[in-house]
Amino acid sequence: MSTELHTAAASKVTLKRPSLRPRVVWVIVAGCAATGLVVGPLLGLNRTMSVVLAVVLLLVVLPLAALRVEGARRATDRLVTIVVSVAFSLALLPLLSLLWTTVKYGVGRFDPEFFFSDMRGVLGEGGGALHAIIGTLLMTGAAAVISVPIGVMSAVYLVEYGRGRLASSITILVDVMTGIPSIVAGLFSFAFFAVFFGPSIRFGLGGAVALSVLMIPVVVRSVEEMLKLVPNELREASYALGVTKWRTIARVVLPTAAAGIAAGITLAVARVIGETAPLLIIAGSTTNVNWNLFEDRMAALPVYTYYSYTIPGIPPEFGIERAWAAALTLFVIVMALNLLARLSARLFGSATSR
Amino acid sequence: MVSTVAKNIDISDLDIYYGDFLAVEDVTMYIAPFSVTALIGPSGCGKSTFIRSLNRMHEVIPGARVEGKVVMDGQDLYGADVDPVNVRRQIGMVFQRPNPFPTMSIYENVAAGVRLNAKRMKKVELDELVERSLRAANLWNEVKDRLDRPGSGLSGGQQQRLCIARAIAVEPQVLLMDEPCSALDPISTLAIEDLIAELKANYTIIIVTHNMQQAARVSDETGFFNIAGVGEPGRLIEMDRTEVMFSNPKDKATEGYITGRFG
Repeated sequence: MSTELHTAAASKVTLKRPSLRPRVVWVIVAGCAATGLVVGPLLGLNRTMSVVLAVVLLLVVLPLAALRVEGARRATDRLVTIVVSVAFSLALLPLLSLLWTTVKYGVGRFDPEFFFSDMRGVLGEGGGALHAIIGTLLMTGAAAVISVPIGVMSAVYLVEYGRGRLASSITILVDVMTGIPSIVAGLFSFAFFAVFFGPSIRFGLGGAVALSVLMIPVVVRSVEEMLKLVPNELREASYALGVTKWRTIARVVLPTAAAGIAAGITLAVARVIGETAPLLIIAGSTTNVNWNLFEDRMAALPVYTYYSYTIPGIPPEFGIERAWAAALTLFVIVMALNLLARLSARLFGSATSR
Repeated sequence: MVSTVAKNIDISDLDIYYGDFLAVEDVTMYIAPFSVTALIGPSGCGKSTFIRSLNRMHEVIPGARVEGKVVMDGQDLYGADVDPVNVRRQIGMVFQRPNPFPTMSIYENVAAGVRLNAKRMKKVELDELVERSLRAANLWNEVKDRLDRPGSGLSGGQQQRLCIARAIAVEPQVLLMDEPCSALDPISTLAIEDLIAELKANYTIIIVTHNMQQAARVSDETGFFNIAGVGEPGRLIEMDRTEVMFSNPKDKATEGYITGRFG
């Protein structure tokens, strides 16, 4: 009797469930795409709207098919999968389009002359961005030299020492600084140096100061997060060896967080390297190579791009070509910085792998 | 072996606070030199808090403070002019979870106490110290060929012995162990217990453990902590020679805990 009951129950319970074959799914996807792209134009829709039609069709047809065959849970899963994929493509599309456009127009002047000459005496064809590349690297480098110590030390204070009023007000100030419009940073730097050197002051260091105003909060924030990730056990292990707090921070906490800190700093650099507005105000623009941060105007790639596009010269094609090439150069520099950050994270990471 | 002079510790009327919360109340205890003292008791009764207050690690937590006296060989550890950093150099600590420094090699981990304190030491002397400490921790034979590899590459039991080597490389006089075997398998646990028996010759050892057999195996004295209820402070209920505690405890609660009837 009991065995009978048992087998009856067992025969009812099945672990299998019907599912749409992958081939069927692909057929549905292809069908929706074809229908959208064929019917769309017939309805007088343009290409974009036809794609939208195809996606909407897919959003309806595939979940309905899944609902019939596979049940409600799998149908919901398919619906959400489509929605998420569409959202992802929408987010990625502008980026790819931007990259493609910059490469397409910028590659034309991606020649040795562009990298090894400046704009002195150039009105039409030729010319290069050497002075702007040097200016960008110098000013961003100087900004990093200013911001990294200040940022790292502020973060160390906030994570390791800061308690109460002072720490929370610094945190609020850092948050506010994150939101400063870049033009305000430029105006700040200009106003500051104008007090000492008069209103006609234009020089690279001013640009670096403006950039560091933008960079410091980013560095503080990212380093803060990295320091918080260092397990407390390591600090305690160090204290228990009779190591002072400062030495614990310098020799245990900071090295453990080094990979993340390096990545954070690189991203902060990447964040400010494309700034135009503050440099327009305080660093000005020039056509010559200027190696001196402390004197005279200094060009930068974003400013160079801006002027090459707004005042392209006669005939305008050459200026516009140079603008695209400069934008592409900036792209490449930022990309290289990002790769560097990943590489450094991996290099430090191998020593710290836990 | 590392040459040290073990010290006695005399604790009287010790109250331990987290902010306004009294976590451990009124502990009075004498710990003899060259002895192993086991502290047992249910979770949350303040054993770890108590042991951390013995090398002034408790105050690392914001708001944490201590009232009462902890006297080591005539010196009050909580005296006005006492530097907690110096206290910790005398009283080493091994934690529940092995925590070797991830950025350092095995060698550097053992040398960390010397290097991080910026003590000047000749390479030869340092090599010697590292070898001595690793031998004392019964780890030398397992790692002597890979001293430059990261300490995090070792097994859990080896890592814990590395942490013990690191602690004794500072040449402390007292060694505190906060559940040193709770994250380890039985074989590693046995290795650590053997090690404790050897270290007893040179150090005064205080060990917190949840493992009753372990307390019975390794310790000379056993202290039982208990807590009256949630939010109540932990107290030292009873302390005696380990044989007495496990065969003939005076307190009902101790007997109940040891025989496994609660906790």
